[in-house]
Amino acid sequence: MREKFEKLTSTCIPLPIENVDTDQIIPARFLKATTREGFGDNLFRDWRYDKEGNKIDSFVLNNPTYSGSILIAGKNFGSGSSREHAAWAVAGYGFRAVVSSFFADIFKNNALNNCVLPVVVSEKFLQEIFSSIEENHSNTVTIDLPNQTITNNATGCSEKFEINPYKKDCLLNGFDDIDYLLSKKEDIEAWENKR
Amino acid sequence: MEKKTLFDKIWDAHVVSKIEGGPNQLYIDRHYLHEVTSPQAFAGLRERNLSVFRPDRTTCSPDHNIPTLNQDKPIADPISRNQVDTLMKNAKDFGLTVYGLLNPKNGIIHVIGPENGYTQPGMTIVCGDSHTSTHGAMGAVAFGIGTSEVEMVLASQCVLQPKPMKMRISVEGKLGKCVTAKDVALYIISKMTTGGATGYFVEFAGSAIRSLSMDGRMTLCNMSIEMGARGGMIAPDEVTFEYLKGREFAPKGEAWDKAVEEWKKLPTDEGAIFDKEVCFDAADITPMITYGTNPGMGMAIDANIPTIDQIDAAGQISFEKSLSYMNFKPGEKLLGKEIDYVFLGSCTNGRIEDFRTFANIVKGHKKADNVTAWLVPGSWNVEKAIRAEGIDKILEEAGFELRQPGCSACLAMNDDKIPSGKYSVSTSNRNFEGRQGPGARTMLVSPIVAAVAAITGKITDPRDFV
Ligand code: SF4
Repeated sequence: MREKFEKLTSTCIPLPIENVDTDQIIPARFLKATTREGFGDNLFRDWRYDKEGNKIDSFVLNNPTYSGSILIAGKNFGSGSSREHAAWAVAGYGFRAVVSSFFADIFKNNALNNCVLPVVVSEKFLQEIFSSIEENHSNTVTIDLPNQTITNNATGCSEKFEINPYKKDCLLNGFDDIDYLLSKKEDIEAWENKR
Repeated sequence: MEKKTLFDKIWDAHVVSKIEGGPNQLYIDRHYLHEVTSPQAFAGLRERNLSVFRPDRTTCSPDHNIPTLNQDKPIADPISRNQVDTLMKNAKDFGLTVYGLLNPKNGIIHVIGPENGYTQPGMTIVCGDSHTSTHGAMGAVAFGIGTSEVEMVLASQCVLQPKPMKMRISVEGKLGKCVTAKDVALYIISKMTTGGATGYFVEFAGSAIRSLSMDGRMTLCNMSIEMGARGGMIAPDEVTFEYLKGREFAPKGEAWDKAVEEWKKLPTDEGAIFDKEVCFDAADITPMITYGTNPGMGMAIDANIPTIDQIDAAGQISFEKSLSYMNFKPGEKLLGKEIDYVFLGSCTNGRIEDFRTFANIVKGHKKADNVTAWLVPGSWNVEKAIRAEGIDKILEEAGFELRQPGCSACLAMNDDKIPSGKYSVSTSNRNFEGRQGPGARTMLVSPIVAAVAAITGKITDPRDFV
């Protein structure tokens, strides 16, 4: 069983850069762990720390006036490798949702498998969220999974978002794909026998 | 009768069930596994007290973390060594085939799959690695998965995936001088952008694609992920059958004949509908190079980097960030720029044909003094062929040295890291910030462009050279 996801209201961390790839989310040299823990510490490692390991103050995660469990990212977030470590890093840092106008396929799937909700919004809505946060870092966004809506609480504007009903069910109830597949073993054997 | 695409025929034949309002439950014929994306999957099996459902369908090879020198010695980095040891132990504990270090079948997983005949037309193939798309070149549905899905395949031989949309990318005509499969890939990605095929499974078609060798087709399909596609594939034909025949795990005798008969039914039916069709003219493709920090930022080798007003408003921040990382100026040419490193290898260009091409060009020349060159075969089988064909001698005479197989400088997980600020002309697939080492500046190219750069010491148009 995993943590259930229903409704989330939070301040946000803005990352208005497009095409953020998985090598930026978690550089390859941090992929050597054999457990799922600890990846959050190295999320966006090379943007967060310089070569000597000192914090780069200008990077948004190092700016204490920003906080929250929602990451707002520019178009095409998570492109590149299939490493689930990217989703573990995003989840491990404490994000419950990532909002962007476009996600790379594998990242989206990996995020869902780790109870991080990828929310696709229109480019216009995305830019409005960026502006609202820039105006006031404590502005919040609400993600309502049962109703599939996202609201920019600064403007009161909402948008519907898509999620496939099966994945929605998984997130709402905190079960995962492996639980499902294990319940289907006999069907798989039967299918193998008749192919 | 319903007209079907190559992709539909294979996908539909592997659907065990369709979940109402959800993904398809897809049966997987072949599962490849490496040391980076698998440890947590095995840990998951142990936690749930599960065994591997179909151990004969999984093949493992450590590749990312391994050094490319002195493989007979223990791996120096303890964390890398632990990841490789963990794979060896997991494979043994769960009864899986594994080709460990120095095994004659060891190599980059996407190189050894096809060369040993594991990868066959009509199969569904997955691996916890985005470049699984390579195997699509054989006429298979092959795509990368995450570690949770690796666990699913180990536990049930199935994944849950929504059926992607279908796109056909056709390239018609004859490829020009010094234009290779890699240039076709970089050209297509530069036109499609890195997200342009997201949500789609791509079939490559057309006369220019048909004319590619099997190794070339693998290079192209390998890079389909770089435009966001779930995977890329090419219909099997005589080139495919010729390549596969006689390989160790390919069907033999009567079984072979029967298999070929089935495979011949796979190509897309005339009149089948794609969700999207894109066509390119082979004559427009030239030798390519990337100037930025994603594979979509490619251009003809003799072109100028775009200026900021040519970039749409939303992309300008990334564009500037990217050029500042590369230390290039908008509007300038790359021709004539001095370089520091050349990397020949990876699952994109680490096969025998790539070494033949490289050797053909450097033959009779000398490596430039300012260049450090890493030539890394994709597998021990490739290495063996290099020696058998005498390519090693040509390379040696030109001042190049061959290293041992592995992923090497394709990604900064092993000892082969490009130092910060250095320019690397690389035949690999990704030029992301830090991909080849923190601060490393990567330009993606074909083996021909790499070879010419290695002997001239700078970015050189191969058409002026060859
Ligand atoms: S060669 Fe590079 S892209 Fe290919 S599997 Fe290894 S690390 Fe990945």
